[in-house]
Amino acid sequence: MLNPVPKLHLVVIGNGMAGCRAVEEILERDASRFRITIFGAEPRVNYNRIMLSPLLAGEKSFEDIIINGQEWYDDNGIDLVAGDPVVAIDRAAKTVTSQSGRVEVYDKLILATGSDPFIIPVPGHDLQGVISFRDMDDVGTMLRAASSGGDAVVIGGGLLGLEAAHGLSLRGMKVTVIHLMNTLMERQLDEAAGWLLKTELEKRGQQILTTADTAEICGDGKVEGVRLKDGREIPASIVVMAVGIRPNVKLARDAGLAIGRGIHVDDHLVTSDANIMSVGECVEHSGQVYGLVAPIWDMCRSLADGLVAEPSGYTGSVTSTKLKVSGIDVFSAGDFSGGDGCEDIVMRDAARGVYKRVIVKEDKIVGAVLYGDTADGNWYFDLLKKQEDVSEIRDALIFGQAFANGGGAGSSPFDAVAALGDDAEICGCNGVSKGKVVACINNGAHDLDAVRSGCKASASCGQCTNLVEGLLALTLGDEFAGERQVKPMCKCTSFTHEDVRKAIVEKELKSIPEVMQAQHWTTPDGCASCRPALNYYLLCAWPGEAVDDQQSRFTNERMHANIQKDGTYSVVPRMWGGVTTPNELRAIADAADKYGARMVKVTGGQRLDLFGIKKEDLPAIWADLNAAGMVSGHAYGKALRTVKTCVGSEWCRFGTQDSTGLGIKTEQMTWGSWMPHKFKIAVSGCPRNCAEATIKDFGVICVDSGYELLVGGNGGIHLRGTDLLCKVATEEETLEYCAAFIQLYREEARYLDRTAPWIERVGIDYVKSRIVEDEAGRKALAERFAFSQSIYQVDPWAKRAAGEDAKLHQHLAEVRPFAGAVA
Amino acid sequence: MNPEWLDIGPLDQLPAMGARTLPVRGGEEIAIFRTANGQVYALVNKCPHKQGPLSQGIVHDTTVTCPLHNWRISLVSGKALGEDEGCVPTIPVKIDGGRMFLKRDAVLASVETPKLAEPAQCKAA
Ligand SMILES: Cc1cc2nc3c(=O)[nH]c(=O)nc-3n(C[C@H](O)[C@H](O)[C@H](O)COP(=O)(O)OP(=O)(O)OC[C@H]3O[C@@H](n4cnc5c(N)ncnc54)[C@H](O)[C@@H]3O)c2cc1C
Ligand code: HEM
Ligand code: SF4
Ligand code: FES
Repeated sequence: MLNPVPKLHLVVIGNGMAGCRAVEEILERDASRFRITIFGAEPRVNYNRIMLSPLLAGEKSFEDIIINGQEWYDDNGIDLVAGDPVVAIDRAAKTVTSQSGRVEVYDKLILATGSDPFIIPVPGHDLQGVISFRDMDDVGTMLRAASSGGDAVVIGGGLLGLEAAHGLSLRGMKVTVIHLMNTLMERQLDEAAGWLLKTELEKRGQQILTTADTAEICGDGKVEGVRLKDGREIPASIVVMAVGIRPNVKLARDAGLAIGRGIHVDDHLVTSDANIMSVGECVEHSGQVYGLVAPIWDMCRSLADGLVAEPSGYTGSVTSTKLKVSGIDVFSAGDFSGGDGCEDIVMRDAARGVYKRVIVKEDKIVGAVLYGDTADGNWYFDLLKKQEDVSEIRDALIFGQAFANGGGAGSSPFDAVAALGDDAEICGCNGVSKGKVVACINNGAHDLDAVRSGCKASASCGQCTNLVEGLLALTLGDEFAGERQVKPMCKCTSFTHEDVRKAIVEKELKSIPEVMQAQHWTTPDGCASCRPALNYYLLCAWPGEAVDDQQSRFTNERMHANIQKDGTYSVVPRMWGGVTTPNELRAIADAADKYGARMVKVTGGQRLDLFGIKKEDLPAIWADLNAAGMVSGHAYGKALRTVKTCVGSEWCRFGTQDSTGLGIKTEQMTWGSWMPHKFKIAVSGCPRNCAEATIKDFGVICVDSGYELLVGGNGGIHLRGTDLLCKVATEEETLEYCAAFIQLYREEARYLDRTAPWIERVGIDYVKSRIVEDEAGRKALAERFAFSQSIYQVDPWAKRAAGEDAKLHQHLAEVRPFAGAVA
Repeated sequence: MNPEWLDIGPLDQLPAMGARTLPVRGGEEIAIFRTANGQVYALVNKCPHKQGPLSQGIVHDTTVTCPLHNWRISLVSGKALGEDEGCVPTIPVKIDGGRMFLKRDAVLASVETPKLAEPAQCKAA
């Protein structure tokens, strides 16, 4: 018998992940309610889009990734209109019209149009060979390009871009990834994990360029390469743009539905038209737009519940991500931006290449980033989604589910360590057992450093510091002060400055994230105290190889000028040995007028300081001073400041040597060098010492028979006169000793130690033994200094005046409230 | 008509772990920060201690350390962290289509109520 009531007609636009899943959910609840028609722009059945990555990598075939084959449509009486996109919706007539002119009347309509890849509109973006990574056709294009080998560029180092790069690289192409930010997958990973990922991908032969901005895609009709804003050019026969996606809202907008970033839907996935629903990446629910499949599954359930069963209501999704690159384990979930009340628990294991960070707020996990060992990812994600109180297992949390749950009540590392047997290994790096550590403590090692030197436990990577401290507390009871004799660098690490510097040299660490990983930093990206120190240590140890990280420099060194209390800057051009010329003075006077210097002051270092210069005027004033032949005086830096001189034998009746000339030579040799702290030099022409050489870091007092070399002097709060280093006969020797002394200080003093406290600590005899008594050592130090200078002795003003880092000096924009505009 | 959000330019104009400034005629200059993870925050560019320009500080995690006397200020709440007490107004930020938007009324708060100008104060929470 025929059913007298015709079935309602459900039309679905979009034959993708969300559209078909919604249909599956509806059929499961009520298979007979609707007659169903699905329109798909792609000329094929419903497949699993996320598996395009393994397909590209050659791990799967198209057959493997089909979710619903033709028989599914047939069995359920679904009319699939593939390869014929819908071009218009008429809400009044309740019809949709396809490109080929097919018109269908609907009772209910589901929009599941997904998103469109975002194409950055750089010149050349429309060349042949520039593609996105979204559907089968894109994969086809990539496979064709890969079959003839050659170079590929992927723009965008997010999840999608890296999966494309991985696939192309496995297919034999030489791949370069261009990423705008300095951290790969910065929306999912923090700096530390991003760095590990970058290193691993580079090991696999990909070239990863971070903080790289595409200026142009070059080629004549067809892609030939990519040019970056900094001028670099990378050859490419194919360019994959994977810089982001945008909800595809075109049909909805044309039909007059309410849209924001995506199509607005309520908790039952109904749009502003009661007969039209929407699911997937094209929707915006409670202000959120999603780009992953997990929320789609949740949405489709709620849609079906609302349409044909008991309405359940969708309340939004919490998402987690994994990178699908074989052999690389990366997991990220929730919010890791930190903030008030958030506490980071970080664990690093350099030997295994593991980085784990769990973010806890008010006793609940709010985010997690895992690299290298993602076994506990789902456990953390589960705790996060359920908002479980983790205060009980807080201390053991980072060690993972097995550890945290294994201990029951006694789950703190402290109890765990008490429960260990004597032969249990505490320090994996040096193979030290609990028994040995306890014996070492009982033999008088009463703090961490004593244990480290006594039995080597925790002396290498520092990973087991907590355990060793636990053993100290356990063994010594109240006697354990907890306080260490030697202070660690800062709260981010248990290592001292010396430990870290040693590791930088021995382990050949060349970037800040690398040091933090190798030395098990307990914070994701350090603090304002360790970052500048690490930056300096790296520059000092690896001149030319380490990258100078501007964001790890104090503002003065970043702006190449001294910040004043009102936020303006002072500008001090170099005056070699305190000598100037009428032309230089004229240029300085002109600059002072032109840029409105509110004060011009003679400094104690024998040069002129222009006060009250605005940040945005700095490049211009430097350009003017450069034009008159002057360079930066580094009056702002942990660097060589000035060489103060007296007039010496050229003019003075007491003068014994040319102190002015020697001062100029010294300044020309040493300017531009970065130091642990500021460094001042003076040369006096006779013991009357008008240049005050006895309170300088390096002082020279000329005498008839040669030059007395003095070190470690300091004016300041704690006045300290210099120590006599030695006496030499010639200017050449003076310069060599000066270079060697500076280099020793550069290599061995702690960051922010002036020479005075450093010498107090190591003793002048030590310095003499290295500089005076060890001739070969002295020459080697002086050579290392010369090498470093060959790289760093550049005028930072000239570079900035020429436009480098212009953003640092300019305002982003300006708000003019009464004009009501942003300029 | 005044939009609720002010478009202040493309996100790529802001260096990671850095900051840029946005002067407001007749009001307080605003500092816009970007963290290592790419989050963007905006605060009045005045340290609650002695009005140091926070935009010139070192950014680490979601904190900026003031360049003048090393107070640490939360980019999220504008509050001084640790021992120090004080607070600087924050301005809601929205990122859309690669561009940054600031909440208009928060940007103009200091223009409309000039009394807030010195020293920088937070609105009651
Ligand atoms: C390579 C790759 C890897 C991914 N990996 C992961 C992962 O590991 N984990 C994860 O969670 N997510 C991943 N994603 C994201 C995931 O695939 C998407 O979130 C999901 O596909 C979105 O589903 P959707 O149905 O909303 O959109 P889609 O799957 O894109 O479906 C929309 C469909 O609508 C069609 N359409 C658009 N307009 C019209 C029209 N006018 N008429 C007819 N049809 C139209 C489109 O052609 C498309 O087929 C990945 C995505 C890609 C591209
Ligand atoms: C905390 C301590 C100090 C601070 C913050 C400090 C700060 C500064 C600053 C900002 C400048 C540059 C000013 C300018 O732009 O000209 C400067 C220059 C100078 N300071 Fe200090 N200073 C300190 C300690 C000292 C000490 C201990 C001395 C030594 C006696 C000293 C002597 C000088 C001299 C001679 C100059 C001029 C140097 C030049 O021309 O480059 N300062 N100081
Ligand atoms: S130090 Fe000696 S040589 Fe130099 S100016 Fe003074 S008196 Fe003359
Ligand atoms: S003004 Fe910021 S710390 Fe003093």
